[in-house]
Amino acid sequence: MAAIELRNIVKVFSDKRRGRDLLTLDNINLDIEANDFVCLLGPSGCGKSTLLNIIAGFEQATSGRTLVDGKQVERPGSDRGVVFQQPTLMPWLTAIDNIAFHLKLKGVAKAERYDRAMESIDLVGLRGFEHHHPSEMSGGMNQRVGIARALLMNPSVILMDEPFAALDAQTKLEMQEELVAIWQKRRSTIVFVTHSVDEALVLGNKIVVMTKRPGRIREAVNFDLPRPRDITSPEFNDAKRHILSLIREESTRLAQAS
Amino acid sequence: MTSVTDTAPARPAFRLTRAFQGLERLVVPVVLIAGWEAFARSGMLPPALLPAPSAVLHALGDWVFGFDETTQTYSGHWLRDALASALRVFGGFALASLLGILAGVAIGWSRLFEKTLEPTLQMLRPIPPVSWIPLAIIWFGIADKPAIFLVFLGAFFPVLMNSIHGVKTVDHNLVRAGAMMGANGRQMLTDIVLPAALPSIFAGLRIAVGSAWMLTVTAEMVAVKSGLGYVLWDSYYFLRYDIVLAAMISIGLLGYLSDLGLKAIMARTLRWQQATTVQGRAG
Ligand SMILES: Nc1ncnc2c1ncn2[C@@H]1O[C@H](COP(=O)(O)OP(=O)(O)OP(=O)(O)O)[C@@H](O)[C@H]1O
Ligand SMILES: [Mg+2]
Repeated sequence: MAAIELRNIVKVFSDKRRGRDLLTLDNINLDIEANDFVCLLGPSGCGKSTLLNIIAGFEQATSGRTLVDGKQVERPGSDRGVVFQQPTLMPWLTAIDNIAFHLKLKGVAKAERYDRAMESIDLVGLRGFEHHHPSEMSGGMNQRVGIARALLMNPSVILMDEPFAALDAQTKLEMQEELVAIWQKRRSTIVFVTHSVDEALVLGNKIVVMTKRPGRIREAVNFDLPRPRDITSPEFNDAKRHILSLIREESTRLAQAS
Repeated sequence: MTSVTDTAPARPAFRLTRAFQGLERLVVPVVLIAGWEAFARSGMLPPALLPAPSAVLHALGDWVFGFDETTQTYSGHWLRDALASALRVFGGFALASLLGILAGVAIGWSRLFEKTLEPTLQMLRPIPPVSWIPLAIIWFGIADKPAIFLVFLGAFFPVLMNSIHGVKTVDHNLVRAGAMMGANGRQMLTDIVLPAALPSIFAGLRIAVGSAWMLTVTAEMVAVKSGLGYVLWDSYYFLRYDIVLAAMISIGLLGYLSDLGLKAIMARTLRWQQATTVQGRAG
């Protein structure tokens, strides 16, 4: 039994104002095994966030079944940590209170909350900013708070929507390494949305390429290059060439169709 | 500072604006009062109809401190009168805040409450609070209760409307984030929706405290025999326009102070907002 099973997922947004329906996800079938690190690649607007929202339980698929650990997803839950495309922090809470928010909901005492959250603060390199409000931090810092928040929940499934998009190259590299280390240590299942082929190949052991809207799965590529990965190695480049050709085929197919 | 240096031209201008900044809020009142005093003394209207500011100040002084009994039975009783009004304002406002926020959050959050409760409340809203006076008097008699009831009516709807708006405009991604972290229904309201709606709720509370003062005076004119509004109306019967004006000033001042207090609480509570708002620029 896979950790996440997507069966014939179709998502149609009904656009009442414009009086038409928008087919966003068209028959998605995907099995994600426990401890998989899946990177989801696809053009903007193809439905990557929508797919993540369905796994998270924020949205219901129009038809199809979504199973996490064998159970039908009906609502959000703390077994699935989400890093949103926008940071989505509580603006009235400081960084550390945002990170430890789920502990507060569980009724954990403040001292212990802070104790445990401090570790995550260090993990994302925000020591010294733990008592800053989101409005007092940069976009990239807020995004890191969001990442720390999801990681502290220690969920079995982590859903990340372009979490490193707002970070500089240096911080991005560090965070990628941290994430891989955490994933190896905790053996959690990660679904990671990105626009960058390189990022997908550095992180993932399964790369899922989606087509332009309506989103379908073009191909799911297994990629088991040992870590740390050498991005100049021939294996890396072969995989990159393959992924890029999938994306290129897609755009020529669209060009011919139109 | 007698020698002229290179930086000298900039500094006097800077100091002038600094000095002006403390006084700027006084400019308009001073000009108004000086004009009024001059007009009153010119004798174009009999002093009984338009007392000079000095006369009003005199009346107010005696009302507060009771030095020469120019305000007769009110002499020295200002504190008692102000307290009577303030307690009604506080009572009605507190009740309105509590129920307004509760009903507003319920209506904003739950379709059920929106469907069942909101139409009735929205129909009651356009009825002027003053028009409840006859009913208030037969229901509650002549005492504090009808006054508090009127204050409540005036303060309730601004709190209600702003609470509904605040809850309805909460970023739904915050709600999703809360659900993702395992918030139950109650926690969703107390830990996410309520704090997120707070800026809007405070806007409602500030409008409400103004309405509260307006209505306590109205109520005291008809339904009670104490308070600043009662003094105002009573003095009118005796053609003591100086006391009428002193009462008006007292109400304005207390209303202003209530708003300042509320603003201070708001600034403390919403400190997190300051870095992103226009208001935060100044501080
Ligand atoms: N709530 C919604 N209502 C209507 N249409 C929606 C809604 N959410 C998304 N869509 C539509 O669904 C499509 C897919 O959106 P989605 O956000 O999943 O794209 P994405 O692949 O995450 O894109 P990006 O890489 O730019 O983030 C878009 O065309 C968008 O307009
Ligand atoms: Mg997206």
